[in-house]
Amino acid sequence: MSFQTEIILIAALTAFSCAIPGVFLVLRGVALMSDAISHAILLGIVVMFFMVKTLDSPLLIIGAALTGVLTVTLTEVLINTNRLKKDAAIGLVFPLFFSIGVILISKYAGNVHIDLDAVLLGELALAPFHRMDIGGLDLGPVGLWMMGTISLINVVGLLLFYKELKLATFDKGLATSLGFSPVLIHYGLMTVTSVTTVGAFEVAGSVLVVALIIAPPATAFLLTTKLSRMIGISMAVGVASAVLGYGMAYVLDASIAGSMATMNGVLFLMALFFARERGLVSKVLSHFKKKLNFSVQMLLVQILGHEGLDNEDQENTVENMIDHMAWSAGFAKKIVQRAVQKNLITRNKSRLSLTPLGREMARQVMMF
Amino acid sequence: MNSIIPAVEVRDLTVAYKEKPVLWDIDIKVPHGVLMAIVGPNGAGKTTLIKAILGLIKPAAGSVFINGNVYQKSFRSVGYVPQRGSVDWDFPTNALDVVLMGRYGHLGWFKRPGKRDVEIAMECLEKVGMADFAYRQINQLSGGQQQRVFLARALAQDSQIYFMDEPFVGVDAKTEKAIVALLKELRGKEKTVIVVHHDLQTLKDYFDWALLLNVRKIAMGPVKDIITQENLSQAYSGKTPFVGKDTTINLDAL
Repeated sequence: MSFQTEIILIAALTAFSCAIPGVFLVLRGVALMSDAISHAILLGIVVMFFMVKTLDSPLLIIGAALTGVLTVTLTEVLINTNRLKKDAAIGLVFPLFFSIGVILISKYAGNVHIDLDAVLLGELALAPFHRMDIGGLDLGPVGLWMMGTISLINVVGLLLFYKELKLATFDKGLATSLGFSPVLIHYGLMTVTSVTTVGAFEVAGSVLVVALIIAPPATAFLLTTKLSRMIGISMAVGVASAVLGYGMAYVLDASIAGSMATMNGVLFLMALFFARERGLVSKVLSHFKKKLNFSVQMLLVQILGHEGLDNEDQENTVENMIDHMAWSAGFAKKIVQRAVQKNLITRNKSRLSLTPLGREMARQVMMF
Repeated sequence: MNSIIPAVEVRDLTVAYKEKPVLWDIDIKVPHGVLMAIVGPNGAGKTTLIKAILGLIKPAAGSVFINGNVYQKSFRSVGYVPQRGSVDWDFPTNALDVVLMGRYGHLGWFKRPGKRDVEIAMECLEKVGMADFAYRQINQLSGGQQQRVFLARALAQDSQIYFMDEPFVGVDAKTEKAIVALLKELRGKEKTVIVVHHDLQTLKDYFDWALLLNVRKIAMGPVKDIITQENLSQAYSGKTPFVGKDTTINLDAL
C-alpha cells in the first residue's frame, strides 16, 4: 500500500466510525457534547502518557475515554444543579480539562510527540510513518489498526443496541417505562463517542473531529426520513468527505483535516439547498407551486360566481381579475395561462369562460 | 386476576420539585377493570402522579405497587401514552415504526422485532384508524393522528394497565371519538385505564371512576359519587368550572 492509500483509508475509517455515534448525538440534540469530549480527552491522554511514558499504549485510549465520560458526568451534574443553562454547563467543564492538558504539554512534554498543532488539527499526513511492527514484520500504520478496531466496535455496538438506541433517543419516557435504562444507554453512547474521538484525534485533531461527528449526520438528516438510512447515508457522506478532502488537500497542497472538514461543509450545504423534500430549493418551489394552484382555484371560483349573470361579460375578464384580486398584470397573465394550459378555462381575447373540467373543479373547491 | 390485590396501589407518595411539594401524601388503590380519570386544576400534579407511578420521577417518599409488585417487576403489564409534546416528531421514522416500539418491552434487550410484531403493530394501527398512514413520516401527521399513533403504540404493548397523559388535548373530533371507542374497548377487555383528563364536562360520559387531585387527594371513587359540589370546590379552590347542564351544582353557593 502506498502512503497515499494508507492516509485515505485511515481518513475514511475515521469518518465512518465518527458517523455512528454522531447520528444519535445529533438526534438527541447534544451534538456539542462531542466538542466537549474531543477537547477534554486531551487531559486523559496527557496524564496517561506521563504514567506509561509512551504514546503507543492502549492505556492512553482508556484514559482518554474515562476523561470523556467524566466530562459528560460533570457537565450533567452542573446542569442538574439548576444554577445555569445547559450550554453554559457544557462550556464550563471541557475548557478546564483541555487547558490543564495544554499546560501539562507545554510545560513537561516539550520534546515528545504530542505537540499543540497536532492536538488541534491532527497530523494525518504523518500517520503512515507511525507503523505497527511485530518482530520486524511491518503490519501497516498504527492509525489504520486503531481506526479499524474502533470502526468494528462501533458497528457491532450499533447492531447490538440499534433498537435500544432508537427507543431511548426518540422517547426516553417510554424507554424507562419499558424497563430499558436510558441512563445506561446514554453513558454507553458517551463512552463510544469518547473512544471514537480519541481515535479520530490523530486524524483530525480536537477541533475538526467535531465536523466529522456532526456534519455527516446533519447532512443525512436532510436526505432521508428513516433512521437506518440516516446512519447509512452518514457513513457514506463521511467517507466521501474523506476521499474528496484528501483530493482537495493534494491539489491545494493544504491541510488534509481542514480539507475534509471543508468538504463536509460543502456536502451539507448541497443537501441543505438541493435535498428532495427538506431542501430549501424544493421548499421554495413547492411554496410557489401551491400559491399558483391556489390562485388558479380562486380564478375558477370567481368565474363560476358570475357565470350566467348579466354582467358576466364585464366581470369574467382578465382586467377585472387584476382589479378584483389585487393581482399584478404579470401574475394575472401567468395564472390565466396556467388555467388555459390545464384546460380549465378558455380565453377569447380578454373574456374568460370555464371549461366543463374547470367548472367541476370550481364546484369542488366551493364545497370546502 | 386476583381482585383483592388492586391494579395500582400508591402509598404515602410525596413528590417535590426543588423543595416545593407537587404531590402530598397520596394514597390510592385502583381496582382492576376501571376506567379512571385523574382530574384537577393546572399544577395539581396529575402528570407528576403518573410519572411517579411509572418510575419516571423519583418520589421524595412513598411507594408504588402494580398488581402487588414493585414497578420494576411488573413493567410488562403497564402501557404508557405520554403527552404528545414529549417527543421530537421530526425524528426520522414512520408511524408503523413508532407503534413497533410498543413491542420492545416484550422483546427485552438485543432481540429485534419480528414478523409477528409487525402484524400486531399493523392491527393496532387499524384499530385507531391509522392503517393507511403506517408508512407516513411522523412529522407529516396531524396532531390528532400523532395522538392515535401513540395510542396504537400503547395497544401494541398489550398491557393490563394503561396510563394516558392528556390524550384528548388538541385533537380533532375524529380522534376524540377514536379514543373514546378505544377506552370502551379496553374496558370491555377488563383492562384498567388511568387517564389524565382536563374536561369535567365529558367526565361522566367517558369514565366510570375519577380521582380528584390538587396536590393532595381530594376524593376518589365512582364519578357520580365524588363529583360533588363540596369536592369540586375543594379541588378548584372555590372556582368551580362549568361541569355540564345535567350536573347539579349550585354555582351561587360556592
